[in-house]
Amino acid sequence: MSAVDKTMTMREAIAAHVHDGDTVSLEGFTHLIPTAAGHEIIRQGRRDLTVIRMTADIVVDQMLAAGCVSKLVSSFVGNSSAGSLGELRRRVESARPAPLEFEEYSHYGMICRYIAGAQRLPFYPLRSYGGSDLPEVNSSLRKVTSPYPGPDGGTEQIYVVPPVNPDVTIVHAQRADRSGNTQIWGLTGVQAEAVYAARKAVVVVEEVVDGEVVRSDPNRTVVPAHAVNAVVECPRGAHPSFAQGYYDRDNAFYRSWSAISKDKERLTAWLAEWVHGTRDHAEYVAKLGEEFWDGLVVGEAMSLPVNYGRRL
Amino acid sequence: MTAAAATSSELLSVVAARELAARRTVFAGIGLPTLAASLAHLTVAPELEIVYESGVCGAHPSHLPETIADAVLITGAEAVLPMPTLFGSVLQGGHIDVGFLGAAQIDKWGNLNSSVIGDWHHPKARLPGSGGANEVMANAREVFVVMRRHDPRSFTERLDFCTSPGPDRALADGIRPLGAGVTRVITELGILAREGVGEELRLAAVHPGVSADDVRAATGWELKTADDLTVVEPPTEAELALLREDVDPERVYLR
Repeated sequence: MSAVDKTMTMREAIAAHVHDGDTVSLEGFTHLIPTAAGHEIIRQGRRDLTVIRMTADIVVDQMLAAGCVSKLVSSFVGNSSAGSLGELRRRVESARPAPLEFEEYSHYGMICRYIAGAQRLPFYPLRSYGGSDLPEVNSSLRKVTSPYPGPDGGTEQIYVVPPVNPDVTIVHAQRADRSGNTQIWGLTGVQAEAVYAARKAVVVVEEVVDGEVVRSDPNRTVVPAHAVNAVVECPRGAHPSFAQGYYDRDNAFYRSWSAISKDKERLTAWLAEWVHGTRDHAEYVAKLGEEFWDGLVVGEAMSLPVNYGRRL
Repeated sequence: MTAAAATSSELLSVVAARELAARRTVFAGIGLPTLAASLAHLTVAPELEIVYESGVCGAHPSHLPETIADAVLITGAEAVLPMPTLFGSVLQGGHIDVGFLGAAQIDKWGNLNSSVIGDWHHPKARLPGSGGANEVMANAREVFVVMRRHDPRSFTERLDFCTSPGPDRALADGIRPLGAGVTRVITELGILAREGVGEELRLAAVHPGVSADDVRAATGWELKTADDLTVVEPPTEAELALLREDVDPERVYLR
């Protein structure tokens, strides 16, 4: 059986799968954030995107500053614990340079939207939001009566969230084979649900490996090939976040972002130098320099192999 | 170094750690909650398991983590769960004894605002929002809040926005909450406490040198005082030594 080869360059993948006006999900919870994909969306000048991302952090602030995004759906809009997102705050607090439509959820609300989306359900119930002001500003958070009796035999009310079905979901992973069987270890977040919720999926990986490597450990496959439309090999594409076992998080860059993004001119200059000024992520990586990358090197901590067994 | 020289971070961490006595599972973010939970593990709660929002259970970090998803939390951990399992089965499934939360504003019922200062549609300041706080409040058996700043703007009669409601607001909305909501608020001035539904936060303890009047003046609602108001015992040299030498020797959070 010869598998379909879905590998392409980042430029080709974004050109083929991200269009003006699309709803684009970028997932990765602190780990494996698809930054290089976000940068390529900026380079290609996409406009009017709806971005879905649980933790809207630096890459979202950059896409906002580049004018790519008109609507954001998120449950956390901050620069990790390292400070603020300057562009996001300007857009939300003073509509500069343009207003930003913002749909606010909590983390589990977003997760349930992906689950409902992946399973093509009309809604998904959760024990959040009771008494919160969030349903007042987000009409998608609705309360229903359970058709079944509650624990005390009486009626039970519960909030529900609607499905989300992005036009495309982009995730970053450690490795995949050429057909898109994607393996992640460490934090796996909500990547599988986000991919299955989408109409199309782009997987960006640290390395493309032979199918044999994947098949030596099938339980590590988080997203199987049938859910993937494009595979992009892009080493260090998750910087400034990290890839478990490949490189560490660039905490200094996270800490510096508050100051960069607070000053619109400085932010514009940063984008001009590091995104518009680099042809692709390989150039961005080279521009940072080997000495820089030496600072993010991680040591080895190998897992012990397991025996899958074979019939004799 | 004498116990009297404890910094504000050390004081808050030690007090929060003591409150974790006999608890089994704690849902903690990075910063003071990590310090408190780690210290509690070495002192009053040896069985304590820290569950991180990122999905890590039973972490054995080689270095103090800088984020809830730090690579050092994953390497050598007992389990790393996908987020639907963590939020759905662990947290909503009722496995968390204590959740730690912070907020920009808190009211007397322990409702929290971490979304905006001002009107949500035209905020003076846009804050990060819920993250998992709404879920922690709804599902943890109890919630501890650590707030560095104790002033009337943060301890307010009326929240600008309620991101994470306590059980009283949930019940009024027709939703049965799983937990008691905020049961402890630990600040630079002392400890506020409530037991659960229908109860306001009351002043339970003050730090040495702080009077009940000081705390009332710093609180934006008419703060009631517990009948058995106590004075917090200052951090002991043993607690401080553990915190400084074992928990955070590189001073990532201890400032």
